[in-house]
Amino acid sequence: MSNTATISHDTGGKTPGAHPIVGHLVPTWLLVFVGTSLLMLTVITVAVRYIDIGEFNIVVALGVALVKATLVCLFFMHLRWDRSFNTLVFVVSVVLVLLMMAFLIMDTNQYRDTQFDGNAPNAESTLQANAPGAPVARFKPYSP
Amino acid sequence: MTTLQSQPNHAGDAHGADGAHDGAHGSAEHAKYPFLQHHFDTPHHQFDSAKLGMWLFLATEVLFFGGLFVAYAVLRNRFPEVFSYSSHYLDTIMGGINTCVLILSSLTMALAVRFAQTNRRIGLIICLILTFMGAIGFMVIKYFEYSHKIHDNLVWGTTFYVPPHDAAGELEAKELSVAPTTSITLNPVNPAVFAVPTLAQTPAVDASAIKQASRAPVGLATPTQMAKAEGLPTGEHDPSFAHPATHLVDKKMPANSHVFFAIYYAMTGLHGVHVLAGMVVIAWLLKRAIRGDFSSDYFTPVDVGGLYWHIVDLIWIFLFPLFYLIH
Repeated sequence: MSNTATISHDTGGKTPGAHPIVGHLVPTWLLVFVGTSLLMLTVITVAVRYIDIGEFNIVVALGVALVKATLVCLFFMHLRWDRSFNTLVFVVSVVLVLLMMAFLIMDTNQYRDTQFDGNAPNAESTLQANAPGAPVARFKPYSP
Repeated sequence: MTTLQSQPNHAGDAHGADGAHDGAHGSAEHAKYPFLQHHFDTPHHQFDSAKLGMWLFLATEVLFFGGLFVAYAVLRNRFPEVFSYSSHYLDTIMGGINTCVLILSSLTMALAVRFAQTNRRIGLIICLILTFMGAIGFMVIKYFEYSHKIHDNLVWGTTFYVPPHDAAGELEAKELSVAPTTSITLNPVNPAVFAVPTLAQTPAVDASAIKQASRAPVGLATPTQMAKAEGLPTGEHDPSFAHPATHLVDKKMPANSHVFFAIYYAMTGLHGVHVLAGMVVIAWLLKRAIRGDFSSDYFTPVDVGGLYWHIVDLIWIFLFPLFYLIH
């Protein structure tokens, strides 16, 4: 955390091993540890794909993805030591996407019953699709 | 804590707001750091501004991809059977290898930032080269995945149903796509009702003569819907039922399966474009690293370029389970 205490201009900033005057220096072992954890989590999540645990398959897959994303953000992207305002900017963007997703799913579920598969919303009430000669193409089984 | 510590020079500054750029302290900072732009007071000021700007850009990237993630959620919510069936056409092992390649290149990028921070120029150059090779490896694997699917007609839109060499089928599909508009006229009885079809009119194209396989993507209703309307078997609950208007090779594929491949190509394609852009960024960083531009005083381009590369990895971390790991 004492990243500003060791300003070393007298070395000209070119000595190998010099400390940066800005930002945070993440230890190599921590970077390698995080990278190894990410690889192991990938192996785990691929293995779980071949086990049928019903609804929990997607929960596990997305949970592991969330853990991996958090590791990348905190350590590879330095958010752990960065200004918290940068974290705020990033988290807000993710929350906005989730908000849009939630409302759009609610919306499409709401109008689902009024839709013909593949037609514009309320197509049947506007175009009377069940009437003879209506523009919904008529169907005949395919016989090669 | 970091916020307070990273601005020590501001605390010690004696000059007022009007003398921010002309004060003796500011000149000394600029003389000491040749990379310091004239509109920044200190290296911290410049570094923090660059980081905030990059994070704002990354937020727009999240919103950019967010639209496609929302489209994915809506489609998967609408057609769950399509997603669970079609995802088995994706090669989990190839996708897993690609995930590992991206994670490793993310690690070498994080190490590159560290090497730049500690004045280790050779280490920086090696790590940037490794990151670049990871990007190439990712794109090569992606190329094999894409070409395999395109060969199997697992694509978006009309070609999903009509093979490209089936010229007659394509022609029929085009004909049908314009046919409905010719049968729609203004209702003379009640002109206020706009564009109501004349119900008794003969269709411009005898739709029953058109091969089923070429109709699904351009017709108004899906084959299942049409079959239901006609009281014909739809095969909804019969897995052995060969649907008359589904994929040309795999007849058991559920109706509307092309939406899975459409969103697959849209999302992985946009991600691939970002990988290509990342390769340009890494190549530029490599050129500057070889020239010796970076030091423990100045490594901001490596840092923010690394942030971009990490978000490309981050997006893939979510794309991988959403497409390849559906049980």
